[in-house]
Amino acid sequence: MRFILRIWRQKNAQDPGRFETYEVDGISPDASFLEMLDILNERLIREGKEPVAFDHDCREGICGSCGLFINGRAHGPLPNITTCRLYMRHFKDGDTITIEPFRAKPFPVIKDLVVDRSALDRIIQKGGYISVNTGSAPDANSIPIPKPYADRAFDYATCIGCGACVAACKNASAMLFTAAKVAHLAMLPQGQPERRERVKRMVAQMDLEGFGHCSNTGACAVECPAKIPLTAIAQLQRDFIWANLTPDPHIR
Amino acid sequence: MKATSSSLSWLHTSVGRKVVMAVTGLFLITFLVVHLAGNLLLLRNDGGQAFNAYSEFMSTNPAIRVLEILLFAGFVLHIYQGLYFIFRERKSRPQGYALNAASANTSIFSRTMRLSAVVILVFLVAHLQHFFVEHRLLHSPLTMYDLCKLTFENPYYSAFYIGSMVLLAFHLAHGFYSGFQTLGLVMNSRIERLIRWAAAAFAFIVPLGFAIIPIYFLIAKN
Amino acid sequence: MAETLVVPSPVTVSPSISWREGAPILDNRCPSGDLEKRWTRHKDSLRLVAPHNKRKLEVIVVGAGLAGASAAASLGELGYQVKVFVYHNSPRRAHSIAAQGGINAAKNYRNDGDSIWRLFYDTIKGGDFRSRESNVYRLAEVSVKIIDHCVAQGVPFAREYGGYLDTRSFGGAQLMRTFYARGQTGQQLLLGAYAALQRQVEQGNVKVYYNHEVLDIVVDEGRARGIIVRNLITGEIHRVAAHAVVLATGGYGNAYYLSTNAKLSNATAIWRAHRRGAYFANPSFVQIHPTCIPQSGEYQSKLTLMSESLRNDGRVWVPRTPGDKRPPHEIPEHERWYYLEEWYPSFGNLVPRDIASRAAKRVCDMGYGVGPTGRAVYLDFSDAIKRLGREVIYQRYGNLFEMYEEITGESPWETPMRIYPAVHYTMGGLWVDYNLMTNIPGLYAIGEANFSDHGANRLGASALMQGLADGYFILPYTIGDYLATQLFEKPSTDTAAFVEAEKETKQRIERVLSAKGTRTVDEFHRELGKILWDACGLARNASGLSEAFHQVRELRERFWREVRVPGTGQEFNQNLEKALRVADFLELGELMIVDAYHREESCGCHLREEYQTAEGEPLRNDEKYAYVAAWEWAGEGEAPILHKEPLNFEFVKPTVRSYK
Ligand SMILES: Cc1cc2nc3c(=O)[nH]c(=O)nc-3n(C[C@H](O)[C@H](O)[C@H](O)COP(=O)(O)OP(=O)(O)OC[C@H]3O[C@@H](n4cnc5c(N)ncnc54)[C@H](O)[C@@H]3O)c2cc1C
Ligand code: HEM
Ligand code: HEM
Ligand code: SF4
Ligand code: F3S
Ligand code: FES
Repeated sequence: MRFILRIWRQKNAQDPGRFETYEVDGISPDASFLEMLDILNERLIREGKEPVAFDHDCREGICGSCGLFINGRAHGPLPNITTCRLYMRHFKDGDTITIEPFRAKPFPVIKDLVVDRSALDRIIQKGGYISVNTGSAPDANSIPIPKPYADRAFDYATCIGCGACVAACKNASAMLFTAAKVAHLAMLPQGQPERRERVKRMVAQMDLEGFGHCSNTGACAVECPAKIPLTAIAQLQRDFIWANLTPDPHIR
Repeated sequence: MKATSSSLSWLHTSVGRKVVMAVTGLFLITFLVVHLAGNLLLLRNDGGQAFNAYSEFMSTNPAIRVLEILLFAGFVLHIYQGLYFIFRERKSRPQGYALNAASANTSIFSRTMRLSAVVILVFLVAHLQHFFVEHRLLHSPLTMYDLCKLTFENPYYSAFYIGSMVLLAFHLAHGFYSGFQTLGLVMNSRIERLIRWAAAAFAFIVPLGFAIIPIYFLIAKN
Repeated sequence: MAETLVVPSPVTVSPSISWREGAPILDNRCPSGDLEKRWTRHKDSLRLVAPHNKRKLEVIVVGAGLAGASAAASLGELGYQVKVFVYHNSPRRAHSIAAQGGINAAKNYRNDGDSIWRLFYDTIKGGDFRSRESNVYRLAEVSVKIIDHCVAQGVPFAREYGGYLDTRSFGGAQLMRTFYARGQTGQQLLLGAYAALQRQVEQGNVKVYYNHEVLDIVVDEGRARGIIVRNLITGEIHRVAAHAVVLATGGYGNAYYLSTNAKLSNATAIWRAHRRGAYFANPSFVQIHPTCIPQSGEYQSKLTLMSESLRNDGRVWVPRTPGDKRPPHEIPEHERWYYLEEWYPSFGNLVPRDIASRAAKRVCDMGYGVGPTGRAVYLDFSDAIKRLGREVIYQRYGNLFEMYEEITGESPWETPMRIYPAVHYTMGGLWVDYNLMTNIPGLYAIGEANFSDHGANRLGASALMQGLADGYFILPYTIGDYLATQLFEKPSTDTAAFVEAEKETKQRIERVLSAKGTRTVDEFHRELGKILWDACGLARNASGLSEAFHQVRELRERFWREVRVPGTGQEFNQNLEKALRVADFLELGELMIVDAYHREESCGCHLREEYQTAEGEPLRNDEKYAYVAAWEWAGEGEAPILHKEPLNFEFVKPTVRSYK
């Protein structure tokens, strides 16, 4: 198959950047999108040009490294899938494909299609955990957890931290990402002691990083490779309102 | 985790601001229902008797006056927060996408909230100027019914109203659902289906109800 | 090092495979006495560091996979000053995230008779009696606490309706001791460890340097003193000093280019440590998984694992005519060759992993392979669908079928799956003693980066267990024993060793950038992969290995002459990163070949064709080879030095792994 690629090229954070057009030919429909870029890069190197920088690692949709904005959509034209699991057979021969980095103020471009998503780590640092030291845990079966709760906690916990929710959101909101963690821990008895503080602190950090607010447009959930549902956001909202409106009587 | 300071500062977080929007928005939705119910009295073929009585009641009853203040406060807060978000939005993504296929993952209603909001704002200014200011502040000699009749017999004016109602429908189609989601009430997919359905119905019926009034007067005139 | 004896044979005309034998390793710091009490007694005998002193001690942890993240978090909780370095853009992206199946633990929640002893025994036996009893017993012992801790962290393991933890069986074990979180156990465990790490970051005990790749280990006065690290964004080279260095950098399966490992996984940190004096143990012990989605073309960048359970209902076959290009449904029944059923009538399609893998390779080598590359066999469900009905098959394998279809674009409901074995896990790694310390004082290796617990073959669901055991429950104790001796040291980066290491690193970068050849790094990597896969993969033999040895040497020379790496070292340069990693694989590959060549027996994953029974069963040689082969670097192009660590079996008796 043959494709015309319009790719965002940007040397570094200071460079204003621009689109460049490349043509690739002889691409197998079974090649993945990233493999198609590999082929382009091999050629560019042989031609003595700079290859296109992009993030990737596991190439099976779990590490959250990859993330391209392809033809106007985070992770490309299919819903709920990572860029690395997108295959060229989903494009038409001769298509022009526009490839941009994930864009958001808290995701500065490092080079070409690579952006810095460490803001997401800093949100987790503020409370995306249960404070338990190694060695202090009771027997794993000492606290039974109803299966539906455990299952739901799992669903929320599968977020891969790719940032596609931010990229797709018209406000560049990190709400789905943050909410996935809040909701995961809210479903579990172990998450209760810190539940109120967690949501407050994580929301504060989200704002501090410069992410936008959520207007419930739901683009995030359509693109989210982990299929995190919007109920996660509802959970965060509930917890946040509750934590702020009802001061804990035991803490002054 | 150490406790964070708690005061009203949470209302300045992105989530807090949205909560304000949702509470005021849902409150305005209830106003719309009442307002529509009252306005539909215009359609009674009694030369405006019922409507004028209603209007009289609305502008004199002390309880209603209190509610009115609340209503204005609601509008002000909602509009203030709305404008805040509208101006803030671009800050989270200073450089936009060259190609954005947002239609693939969002509804047109949610995407046009800014537009519908601004149109409703313009509508409100015009609307208040025309009725509220005219009637309450300038104490127009016309009865409320005659004022309405006069207004809506003007086809340009009516067209503006009807057009605004289309955008109100847009605003509500997303806003109705969004308000519930912001308050964390859409807890599972069953509730979500229910609320989305209710939002669609509400967004269709209420603006349509408003729009019927100018249409009625236009037709009645000819 | 002690005096080295020269092994008789090799005459070096054109350099052929040779090695020298060094002093055997006699002290691995394993305790003695009752197996059950060894770890407890050992812990009690370790030196301690007082809390106020811990703050003065700095530890570098390289890697934040299961092993690194759990270790760094636990060390931070103890109060040490920890610096974590990862080349990933977040600690959450480590390769551990991809593990699917589950994690073993001897909890016996099922009341099915599981015990620490049984897990210990299964692991020793699974490793074909090439691992240490003391280590493996300790692993089984602490496995129990791992589950407790992870649950407390909020890891959402699968549960039953009563609310208690669910388990399943795995990898042929007769017990249900595998805990799992749907098909994403590694992810959930890693996110648990990552969260614990982030908590320590927030508390100021740990600092994470992401986008930082460690390019050398600094050894000063015989102790590990720090690292040389490159900031991948700016290209700056930094020296970092600490009281101890922990390597948790994962496995080196990517030496083969194609594997189920994440694309960026590499051996640089452990290889550089090896070049600085750390022994590399059993480098040729590489696990190959039978059911992966095969390569579909030259461009392919990685292989995806498909659950082994598929072989329960699928039938494996190839066309009877080599090179038959007809689509499978046009090939009539009598022209299909169900080679597993024919060769192994009693086990059929359910022969063990290694047999299935080798058989697939054999038929493909004979030209019967299918698919565009001829390197795949069919796994056919049509009989099972007919026999059990679509519904049952969907229940069992629905999600796997979907995944297969997503990747290949073919539906297993209509046409047989194509599968092929792929490199999966490396049992080899840096040699460590019972304290997980390498032979360089102050340098530790944990997780897949060390060689410790799996012998010649790893059981399914045991790598996650080992990584977390090392990080949460072993290293935090044992490292204190060393750090207690370092209290009055002030690590400094101004020493000659640091200056030298930094200079060498910069030279290496310059050298690879200045080659200005015409070929890409990937071309070399692919070529290396092919050499290793053919000669040092599923089946090995002396002549193939000798040839491969030359090929790798020659390839390495060509690499430095002909490679082209665009850009400079002072910027974000993914190709430079890749080039440095591949350069190290090119050296490691040679050692893997030497190791495979030297071990003249078949054990676990290591099948030497010369040493098998008439029926193709591997022949182990406990008399000669019941040892860990720990290799010492002797210099570029020099024959490596072999140190043997004898394996003594006091509690289990090595037996023949029989599939009859
Ligand atoms: C597809 C697949 C499925 C698997 N399924 C299972 C399973 O079901 N059960 C099971 O028990 N095991 C499974 N395994 C094996 C298991 O996942 C790994 O052995 C284990 O996760 C390795 O963990 P680790 O912490 O040692 O290393 P990794 O997770 O590989 O982490 C390595 C870390 O080191 C860092 N690093 C490496 N080199 C450098 C450097 N030079 N400088 C800076 N940082 C560096 C990386 O950034 C990374 O953070 C599976 C493996 C694969 C490939
Ligand atoms: C009768 C009039 C109005 C009603 C009933 C109404 C109702 C609502 C509701 C229910 C929401 C959803 C709130 C949420 O998501 O939490 C909303 C959102 C919004 N409203 Fe209104 N609104 C009205 C008028 C206006 C006006 C005049 C503006 C002018 C600025 C405005 C601006 C907005 C904006 C910008 C949003 C979206 C906020 C976001 O991005 O999430 N609205 N409205
Ligand atoms: C065609 C439809 C409508 C008609 C005929 C109509 C009519 C009126 C009248 C007669 C008044 C004056 C009441 C008084 O002063 O006593 C009024 C006030 C008002 N209307 Fe409307 N209206 C319509 C639609 C709307 C819509 C869609 C909105 C909201 C977006 C709205 C918001 C208001 C507000 C805020 C006031 C002033 C508050 C009050 O006095 O109660 N109206 N309207
Ligand atoms: S919520 Fe979904 S889209 Fe957002 S980071 Fe997590 S996995 Fe990616
Ligand atoms: S797309 Fe954005 S607006 Fe909210 S629902 Fe998702 S974060
Ligand atoms: S490369 Fe790991 S998710 Fe795409």
